[in-house]
Amino acid sequence: MQQLTRFAADYVGYVLKGGTKFYAWMGSLAVLILGMMYVFYLQNTEGLIVTGMTSQIHDGLYFANLVFLVGVAAGAVTIVFPAYAYHHEGMHKVAVLGEMLAISAVIMVTMFVFAHMGRPDRLWHMLPFIGIYNFPHSMLGWDVLVLTGYLILNAICGFYYLWVKYTGGEINKKWFMPLVWVAIVWALSIHTVTAFLISTMPARPMWFHSMMPIRFIATAFAAGPCLIILAFLIIRNNTKFWVDDSAIRLLTTIVTWCLGIALFLTLSEVVVELYARTEHANGLYYLMFGLHGLTNLVPWFWGAVILMVSSFVLFLIPSIRNNFKLLPIPCTMAFAGIWIEKGMGLIVPGFIPTPIGEVTEYYPTFVEWLLTLGIWAFGFFILTILLKGAIGILQGEIKYVAAK
Amino acid sequence: MTTQETPKACPAKEQPSACTAPPASADPAASAPKTSRRDFLKAGGMLSLSSLMGTAALMTQSDNAEAATEWAEHFQKNYRLMTDAEKAEARARLERRYSQEYGKQVTVDTTGPQPGVLMGYALNIRKCIGCRRCVHACVAENNQSRGTKPGEKIEWIQVLRMERGKFEQGKMDHGYPEGLGIQVGGNAYTPAGQVLEGQYHYTPEAVPEQDATYMPIACMQCEKPPCVKVCPVRTTYREADGPVVIDYNWCIGCRMCMGACPYWARRINLTSPVLPKEEMNPVTHYLGNRPRMRGVVEKCHWCLQRTRHNRYPACVEVCPVGARKFGNLLDPESEVSKILERKNVFRLKAELNTFPKFFYFYD
Repeated sequence: MQQLTRFAADYVGYVLKGGTKFYAWMGSLAVLILGMMYVFYLQNTEGLIVTGMTSQIHDGLYFANLVFLVGVAAGAVTIVFPAYAYHHEGMHKVAVLGEMLAISAVIMVTMFVFAHMGRPDRLWHMLPFIGIYNFPHSMLGWDVLVLTGYLILNAICGFYYLWVKYTGGEINKKWFMPLVWVAIVWALSIHTVTAFLISTMPARPMWFHSMMPIRFIATAFAAGPCLIILAFLIIRNNTKFWVDDSAIRLLTTIVTWCLGIALFLTLSEVVVELYARTEHANGLYYLMFGLHGLTNLVPWFWGAVILMVSSFVLFLIPSIRNNFKLLPIPCTMAFAGIWIEKGMGLIVPGFIPTPIGEVTEYYPTFVEWLLTLGIWAFGFFILTILLKGAIGILQGEIKYVAAK
Repeated sequence: MTTQETPKACPAKEQPSACTAPPASADPAASAPKTSRRDFLKAGGMLSLSSLMGTAALMTQSDNAEAATEWAEHFQKNYRLMTDAEKAEARARLERRYSQEYGKQVTVDTTGPQPGVLMGYALNIRKCIGCRRCVHACVAENNQSRGTKPGEKIEWIQVLRMERGKFEQGKMDHGYPEGLGIQVGGNAYTPAGQVLEGQYHYTPEAVPEQDATYMPIACMQCEKPPCVKVCPVRTTYREADGPVVIDYNWCIGCRMCMGACPYWARRINLTSPVLPKEEMNPVTHYLGNRPRMRGVVEKCHWCLQRTRHNRYPACVEVCPVGARKFGNLLDPESEVSKILERKNVFRLKAELNTFPKFFYFYD
């Protein structure tokens, strides 16, 4: 017990210490978080009318980010899997950082759930025993279940590992390894269920196809590692902790392959839908070319295509992917491209046209943008704390010293 | 009047428990009492919730009835899990609040499904003239939000205007690809007949228009409703007598049901509904037309406040051409049963296996 309080105190003490750069970063995030809290208050006093959502297009920026971030959370498995299944040494060293990323991503997802709901004050209705939970029928019920499970698994695996490092003991592999394996499979489940959330609705033909889960996983395993590579490069440049080149190289390979698969799946969808060009292709047609003169999302779609294709090409060029000064460029491009393709580019056209053929458009308001930005800021705030603490322990800078 | 054939409904003023118990209730609270660990935990949960509620009431230190009512409302159970006593309490609470808010005596009916009744609806699209009286009667009856700003105005019925279709000789030799024989004719991609590509924003001088037909659409009260399946908190469910209803106090506003509905029948209250006092209909049903709140979903419920008391829905009553028919599907003598027996009927988007109890037919 005393060890535990010391752990907490040492951890907090270490995280709080930092240079001007650290405080400037955390301070600017805090400003965004304050803005987010204000617009969240506004949205819950005025109602969703302060957003651009309507009865026609009732899922927008929040839902899009929720879907995308579930992918980022699942993407952490691209570190954990090679570390434990292939005993990749470089990855093994940083596996716990992947778990920290997963924790922050799931926290962001939860916050987007709150932002999305019409009545976040009633979310307790979903709790088993006090509420009624529509299980196993409701896909959203499943989603909440797997996301909560994933958060708990990652918190246990990550913090147990850090705790052992802190106290200088041995990892109890008897239960730790099975838990790691469960977490790896669980990572796939969270994104599969999120895909089922929208692909099980025949009312929305654009989403109603069985390719959705694999496409989600392919894009997740491209976008997630992109963010991880960026984080690793920042860590290498700003802390004493050294992430091996081999780890970054392997992640780059994973990104390249998954990005290629994602592009292939997108192309397949375009061919299948546009060849027959039934009424069910209207959503995709709206996204690519516009419908009845409404073309709001067309630049988004083509922007995403350009970002994804060109980053894929850049990843294929050895002199770029092996140059860690240039690597952030394709990583950022791929991350942004997937954010558009899987977020706004997938969610919004699902509602256009409506099931009775009405074509309307969605304009996210300032409130939505600020709330979205604020939640991302909060996520990065948490991520910075978690990564800093974890690195401190891995470096041996936070260590249990027995009381004299 | 076929609904008169149905067994007598209990009067609105009576306690719901005084009614004859419905034979096939969808109400889990009505099922045989059993004690299990789950029930115990549930009871424990409710107990702690109610104590929380009490604490909250103490903390606010107000004897203001309205504040207390709101707190109590906030922590009430899912309607289907309430006991009869709790239902009566919730009803009294709502009646008090609504009466105060709208400055008139408001009743909140809790009459349940009647035995031997399965509601059904049939609409003669040949007769519809697109006057939209049903839309307006529905809004007046069911206390929808009236506002003028986008997002404040809610209508449950949409009357779609369909083109009759025009085939032109001039387009015969046009189309694509040009050259080696046209594969897609010039008369393709022009609307004709009943398709779900209609337009409900039409403002003609007079109806019916020469070049148009009309197709009203609202909740189909599916026997296998996709919206019910996706609801994470079981706030929307199918009542034993047919209609799919919503417990507005339990809805979390996640809008999954709106995504799942293939008929675009559901609306979200983006803000507190705009409902002027003088226009408010004080005769309400708990699962029907009682005033809704911000952030919850609503939809057509076949005017439960009327149909549970042997009256027609407002849209049926107002239709000037008699295109709308309503009745008991289990009664072979009812108008809907006769229509199903003698006319060619179809269900909208039947391929989705939602099995609507709303049928379209032609004369």
